[in-house]
Amino acid sequence: MAKKRLVLTFPPEVVERPVVALMVRDFDIITNILRAEIHEGEIGRMLVELEGNARKLKEGVAYLKDLGVQVEEAITDIELDEALCIECGACTAVCQPGALKIEPPDWGLTLDKDRCILCGFCVDACPLDIISVKF
Amino acid sequence: MARTYEEINARIRKGEAVVLTADEMTELVASEGARAAARKVDVVTTGTFGPMCSTGAFVNFGHSDPPIKMAKVWLNDVPVCADLAAVDAYIGATALSETEGMAYGGAHVIEDLVAGKWIKMRSTAYGTDCYPRREIETLVNKDTLNQAYLFDPRNAYQNYACATNGSEHTIYTYMGTLLPRFGNATYCSAGQLSPLLNDPFYRTVGVGTRIFLGGGTGYVAWQGTQHKPTVERSGGGTPVGPAAALALIGDLKRMDTEFLRGARFHRYGVTMYVGVGIPIPVLDEEMAAYTGIADADIETIVFDYSQPTRARDPLRRVSYAELRSGKIELDGRKVPTAPLSSYRVARRIADVLKEWIKEGRFLLTAPVEPLPAEGGVQPLEIRDGEGI
Ligand code: SF4
Ligand code: SF4
Repeated sequence: MAKKRLVLTFPPEVVERPVVALMVRDFDIITNILRAEIHEGEIGRMLVELEGNARKLKEGVAYLKDLGVQVEEAITDIELDEALCIECGACTAVCQPGALKIEPPDWGLTLDKDRCILCGFCVDACPLDIISVKF
Repeated sequence: MARTYEEINARIRKGEAVVLTADEMTELVASEGARAAARKVDVVTTGTFGPMCSTGAFVNFGHSDPPIKMAKVWLNDVPVCADLAAVDAYIGATALSETEGMAYGGAHVIEDLVAGKWIKMRSTAYGTDCYPRREIETLVNKDTLNQAYLFDPRNAYQNYACATNGSEHTIYTYMGTLLPRFGNATYCSAGQLSPLLNDPFYRTVGVGTRIFLGGGTGYVAWQGTQHKPTVERSGGGTPVGPAAALALIGDLKRMDTEFLRGARFHRYGVTMYVGVGIPIPVLDEEMAAYTGIADADIETIVFDYSQPTRARDPLRRVSYAELRSGKIELDGRKVPTAPLSSYRVARRIADVLKEWIKEGRFLLTAPVEPLPAEGGVQPLEIRDGEGI
């Protein structure tokens, strides 16, 4: 048995199709959806843990990719060096689940780790390079 | 109700000047009107802390023995422009390190200088009779430099565009990472707190205006490059999209890294966050109305940055109040918005400048010369020399 933690990004036209359910059925993969951020008509994101026969896992992932789903290795945590943060907001632009937010009244940056799907997009998006990942 | 620069400065010296930040002024004008606000307030302080690529610093290294006429210079492996007198150079913010690439650049060198760090300096030369040395390697810091002054050919942009991406792929721009299929939209202005949006027709900001720059004091040196005052304007007089800009100068040695930071936009390059604050004298009711402008009245245009042309199609007009709400509507879908310039630090700049003025440490200056109130920008055409 092999195990993988992956971030799946669904284009809007795939969001409404039960692709994960089909993958589970056709490739005999145990799927644990850890976090999901899915809305009709928008790009969807999902953090999943897949468990199954190594070859079947590979085939399952290939099946998702064929459908236009972007598949990336998940990270286990992000770290943000708050002392260096200028609270510009550039990282919030790529944080689709809204874990990183910059809002009134004080316009300070907040990170809600419970909403974070560990996609790692904010790491490159931060112009001060103060967010790092742990795999 | 009218007051002069002299009257305002006399009140500042006595510690009696009434100073509000542009955010506070917006509230006052909304609740009491411009006339009452003009009677009460002497000065409004503004602030902005955004990325500006058109940033750099002039430095003078001093002469070595034997002396060198530096032809090529690297600071921490970042090439700087030394095509000036023997030991003068200009550190351009966007120059990339020859060893680290986009991870470190001219802007980071400037930040490290301000932080007081030692910088590795390397130079080569062709050698002359009066400057025989051909190479040098040493360490410098801000105290070993004779002069170090920030000079930004363009900053304090009066408004800027809002960027989005209608293509199928993520694109990496100076407006940040733009997600495919209108996945997000970014904007980059302090809106109602931004200096030139509080003086939309440049009545008080001009050549010679003393300002807050990078944590120290500086001056408006000239109109900024791409200064473009002739543009469409909203009801309150503010331009819809980029318009005026300022060239700024100030002593780097007195600046603070809290207000001057090197940055890199992923797969785009290095740039610099520069803190700018400009005091606006409330000379009369008209200036009170200008400084009372609110985000709801300031508009810009949304462009699709995936169009690889200088003449992108405008998608829609949008106010800063909408941008700051976190979502705008584009073609019926809700697109999340994000700022790139720090509103929090912009506010801090307006607060610091307010304190300086209230404590009598910062006096206002009338412009030595006004900024051009008319003019546009010229495109660069591809010319082949025929028929010119
Ligand atoms: S992009 Fe970086 S510096 Fe800007 S708010 Fe996010 S973490 Fe802070
Ligand atoms: S990794 Fe960063 S961008 Fe992704 S969800 Fe977490 S905070 Fe947001």
